[in-house]
Amino acid sequence: MDWLNSILQGVLVGGLYAMFAAGLSLIFGVMRLVNIAHGDLVVLAAYLALVVTQALGMGPLASLLVIAPLMAAIGYGLQRWLLNRTLGDDLLPPLLVTFGLSVIIQNGLLEIFSPDSRKLQAGAIETATIPLTPDLSIGVLPLVQFLVAVVMIGALQALFYRTAWGRAFRATSDDQSTVQLVGVDNRHVFGLAMGLSLAVVSVAGVFLAVRANFDPSMGPARLIFGFEAVIIGGLGNLWGTLAGGVVLGVAQAIGAKIDPGWQLLAGHLAFLMVLAVRPEGFFPRVQA
Amino acid sequence: MRDLLTICGLDAFYGDFQALFDVSLRVGEGEVVAIVGSNGAGKSTLLKSIAGQIATRRDAISFDDAPIGGERTHVLLKRGISLVPEGRRLFPSLSVEENLLIGGEHGRKGPWTLARVYDLFPVLAERRNQRSTSLSGGQQQMVAIGRALMSNPRLLLCDEISLGLAPIVVREIYERLPQIIGDGMSLVIVEQDILQALAASARVYCLQEGRVTLEGDSRSVSRETIAAAYFGV
Repeated sequence: MDWLNSILQGVLVGGLYAMFAAGLSLIFGVMRLVNIAHGDLVVLAAYLALVVTQALGMGPLASLLVIAPLMAAIGYGLQRWLLNRTLGDDLLPPLLVTFGLSVIIQNGLLEIFSPDSRKLQAGAIETATIPLTPDLSIGVLPLVQFLVAVVMIGALQALFYRTAWGRAFRATSDDQSTVQLVGVDNRHVFGLAMGLSLAVVSVAGVFLAVRANFDPSMGPARLIFGFEAVIIGGLGNLWGTLAGGVVLGVAQAIGAKIDPGWQLLAGHLAFLMVLAVRPEGFFPRVQA
Repeated sequence: MRDLLTICGLDAFYGDFQALFDVSLRVGEGEVVAIVGSNGAGKSTLLKSIAGQIATRRDAISFDDAPIGGERTHVLLKRGISLVPEGRRLFPSLSVEENLLIGGEHGRKGPWTLARVYDLFPVLAERRNQRSTSLSGGQQQMVAIGRALMSNPRLLLCDEISLGLAPIVVREIYERLPQIIGDGMSLVIVEQDILQALAASARVYCLQEGRVTLEGDSRSVSRETIAAAYFGV
């Protein structure tokens, strides 16, 4: 029963990893940009949530009403005025610039908030559990986190495949020169994609901050979890990304169960195994 | 006839390479103009300049009495200039219907709708949910034309629509031209197939090595004159 419990917790944490990964995957899919600062933006969203909950006296989840639009606006601005200038045939400039951004965000947060770890208080929901059997119960908060991840990925999937925005995203991803011939401004679409990505990031940031302690230095590790979930699931497939997050979460939970020090190692090993056996991931995008 | 498009002294460059030299040309409202010339004569470059895909001097190109040279492509589409690009350039991850829909989402309002495009090319209605890459070349060309029409252009630019297609398919597409320009749309067709171009157009320009070597009436121009302008002999 202990094992089942660990695996269940791993599945639920996988939802959080899928949230890290979905934003990353979206940006890469639309504009082939690898955002090294992605994890630090998650942490930035967590600190914004800290400020907003303290200043406005809102609960962490309610604070998303402020933070998600704010992060989306930051994303749009960042893309239009900085990252668009780095895009081109060469993949290196956007990597270097987002790496620089990562350093700036980490040190900026360190300067403003100090290296002390913080946590968002969500109240009674944090300790509430639902008993499944006498020995097995699941926490309400991890469950909510997982369900939010599922809903978010379903919503992104619907946006991509059923709306005019989604058509513009996919067409831009196909051919950013021809898309202008149908009246789409590719620079604007890139801005929208980054805005959407950071809105997703803000949700991930809030759950990260409620779930455990956070500090300015933890961004790069979240980036790695996001990357691993994307690769395990298969590039360009959002449901695959959710599956990738779950695989990573379960591997970490099993590792931690064997020995608490093996938690991260087990996740990385699962990732390397998938990369060795099935490098295209479990659910690669269907090619025409 | 009122001029919709006027080009005056247009030079165009790819980096240091000059592709067009002092090109002047006009297209009247509702007129069909053909541009012929051999490979590398600058025909596609000319269309790309008009559609804003190549930087040009602002006042070298005027559309509806306003200078538009070097304006961005998506802005020009909203003013009514639509290009059917060489090689069709459909979006492979969009279905046939989605390719058409995206064509209409950022353009002008007007008579062209999904239903009317399907009316023009009924075969596309049967294949609406297929991926555009699964279609034959001719059907893909129909999607490309339909996608451009969905933006309700005032000026439609067609770059080599017969390229790589069987003659019977080319004829089928050209037979639809009267239906396409029925509402007074102006049309510029770039073709290597001179007879097809002359039959479909009212006036013809011939380009050779980036310069206009002939301008004439498509009905009265003689083959010898065209050949001379085409090959420079």
